[in-house]
Amino acid sequence: MFLQLLISGLCFGSLYALIALAMVIIYKTSEVPNFGQGEMAMISTFVAYSLLESSDHSFAISFIGALIFAAALGAFLEFVFIRRAKDPNILSLILITLGFEMVLYGLASWKWGADQRDLSFPVSDFDIINLGPAVLSYLNIATLLITLILMFILFLFFRYTKVGIAMKATQQNAMAARINGIRTNRILSITWALSSLIGCVAGILLAPIATLDPNLMLEPLLKGFASAVLGGMTSLVGAALGGYILGIIENLFGGYVSLEFKSVVAFGIIVLVLCLKPSGLFARHYVRRV
Amino acid sequence: MDPGEKQVGSDFFRIHNLTVTFGGLKAVDNVSLNVNRRSIFSIIGPNGAGKTTIFNCINGLYTPDSGKIVFKGEEITGLKPHKIAWKGIARTFQNIELFSWMTTMENLMLGRHIHMKTGIWSGSTFFRRGSKAAQEEIRHRERVERIIDLLDLQSARNQFVGGLPYGTQKLVELGRALALDPELLLLDEPSAGMNSEEKQDLIFWIKDIQDELGVTILLIEHDMRMVMDISDRILAINFGKPIGEGIPTEVQNNPEVLKAYLGEEEPTDGIS
Repeated sequence: MFLQLLISGLCFGSLYALIALAMVIIYKTSEVPNFGQGEMAMISTFVAYSLLESSDHSFAISFIGALIFAAALGAFLEFVFIRRAKDPNILSLILITLGFEMVLYGLASWKWGADQRDLSFPVSDFDIINLGPAVLSYLNIATLLITLILMFILFLFFRYTKVGIAMKATQQNAMAARINGIRTNRILSITWALSSLIGCVAGILLAPIATLDPNLMLEPLLKGFASAVLGGMTSLVGAALGGYILGIIENLFGGYVSLEFKSVVAFGIIVLVLCLKPSGLFARHYVRRV
Repeated sequence: MDPGEKQVGSDFFRIHNLTVTFGGLKAVDNVSLNVNRRSIFSIIGPNGAGKTTIFNCINGLYTPDSGKIVFKGEEITGLKPHKIAWKGIARTFQNIELFSWMTTMENLMLGRHIHMKTGIWSGSTFFRRGSKAAQEEIRHRERVERIIDLLDLQSARNQFVGGLPYGTQKLVELGRALALDPELLLLDEPSAGMNSEEKQDLIFWIKDIQDELGVTILLIEHDMRMVMDISDRILAINFGKPIGEGIPTEVQNNPEVLKAYLGEEEPTDGIS
């Protein structure tokens, strides 16, 4: 029982982690919690669905198509909405993200309707392997693996590539970055594209276990955001760990105590963490010497 | 310097009738200056005189209302900051602008940004020592190590700069500017917050940068001893207007400059 709960917790956790990562990547550069993240991922998932259904595209092609769409959508939203904001403060930026969240939600409802679709993911949730007392579906394994691979790629990207490092620099001090020859506007677009792309992966992995409709990302987004807050909005590693922790705790609580209060406990923990360590569990601190 | 070289040098960096207004305030009012290659040119003036605003225009952080900025015969007025960096103009700030969550090494490596060629794919996958990306990395690191040696930053190499003492942070910023391999270096009050010993070192380093690296330096500084000591030419401004220009002794004895610094009182024998 415990092992089973742990495993499914990890699977949900990895999805939360992806969403949290997507949010944190944007938060660190644009300094706004992007509440449109979920809808960006949802619409990208629908694009994958349409590509898959409308013609004979293989899953791989549809998947790549959706990723390209997601990246373009992210860059587009940054360019059209965020960049146009003149001397924005946090509140107006949040309102902008809520604005395009609603636009995207409306667009998806109009284009695909409220019907629940079925994204035919090539890996089944019903083929399972036994792992002692627990079972692990192929989809679980795929989710865990894809998430880990994606995180590893992100790690390499931020650690070693010129663009990744320029992104870090822009996050820490945009003016200094510009002075050192970094095109910060372009970096912002790339940031949004990357974040949207990660969200899209989460959406596509989520669609087979949830149902694909415009509400697909509603709860996962809140959980992902909560994970990011839990781990620390300024730390990529923290956000990812926050996702896993939230997934596991939530699942254990659901299994042992009460299924109805599963979500409540998740958000209860967030409140607790925010009271005790407001910047998140894993956010780095240093005391500035005066 | 022979006359011919001077002729070439005088075209190195020029500001022509620069004016910047903020609302109704003329922060910079019709300022012109001419900096020779490999010289140290200082801008002095009381607080709020518009010195940093001039720097911000050179950098492209502000767009001037009128006037021209010409670098090596090419007008750079109104270009984006990153384009100006690519042309070889680096700077430091009055209130340090570093990447606080990075180490000294990483900050300096970021200064090399415009010289890096490695793409995403090879950058994230260099596992072989001999690969092109690795070679490039090594080359840039060698360059940065030389700067670390020059500025005596060895002890801070792998520390997050946010936690370093103020004076050291200023040096890291200077180092990062040098890492860009600039032809023109803008230093905005480099000695602020340093003790007299650190200032002494700084004077040597700035001279080294001029002599050995052949960098032309535009300097804003309040420490008059330092300014008089290292400047080839000085421009004094007050309320955005130029009030005197020349070699240090000329500016030192310029009555307008004395008035701006010491007030309206009748000059007494004590001053000069």
